[in-house]
Amino acid sequence: MPINYYLILSAILFCIGAFGVMFRRNAIIKFMCIELMLNAVNLLMVAFSTVWGQAQGQVFVFFIMAVAAAEVAVGLAILMMIFRNLQSTDTSILSKLKW
Amino acid sequence: MPISEILFWFLSAVAVLCAMLVVVVKNPVYSALCLILTFFAIAGHYFLLNAQFLAAVHIIVYAGAIMVLFLYIIMMVNMHGDMGIKKRTMFEIVSAISAGLLLLVLTVAGKQADLSATVNRANDIGTVESLGHSLFNEFLLPFEISALLFLSAMVGAVLLSKKNLSKV
Repeated sequence: MPINYYLILSAILFCIGAFGVMFRRNAIIKFMCIELMLNAVNLLMVAFSTVWGQAQGQVFVFFIMAVAAAEVAVGLAILMMIFRNLQSTDTSILSKLKW
Repeated sequence: MPISEILFWFLSAVAVLCAMLVVVVKNPVYSALCLILTFFAIAGHYFLLNAQFLAAVHIIVYAGAIMVLFLYIIMMVNMHGDMGIKKRTMFEIVSAISAGLLLLVLTVAGKQADLSATVNRANDIGTVESLGHSLFNEFLLPFEISALLFLSAMVGAVLLSKKNLSKV
């Protein structure tokens, strides 16, 4: 399987994630789309590490997963605090810092 | 057509379709379930790339831990889709155009590069043994630092979810 196919698949997944972050206003779904973008990059890293026969790419994917888990824990805690204060997770309400 | 190619196309189709559904579906519970399907498809890709350890860790961490957190938060927040704020069609069109342009740029940039290499599935770098060797020799310090990261994330999550911050 040529590496090109993996490149295009990851690009499609990443763009769907980026589109979701811009398109949806629900903060939880924005978070899910960020996870999707992280996974697209992970997939490409594993593909390249298999192509070149180097283990470093897969170790990096392992660290990215660890960071993603920590990020989700803190991010969802922030989300709960926003919901407790505003009774909503709609990001269009959170515009106090908007220019 | 060998079986691995058929599996590649099938898993890619499942991943892209479910990723689209995550963005499009109104109900957050359904989009979380679609995201779990996407994660399983990506884990299948890891198996195809001969990265067994990462496939197992991916399923355990993403489908097992992160998505359970997401579903739990959706249950606690109990909302119904995007809540009644006025439509912003202009913004949606702009976001679709910019995501399409990003895809165009990424594919064209990929076309420019010399990527004639094919995926060699015969190697064994994805096994627990070889990854553990790399992790505990070259990457020992980052491994220890990620433990600190988890500690701070745990403290941060507990502090943030406290009801009254001034009493801490």
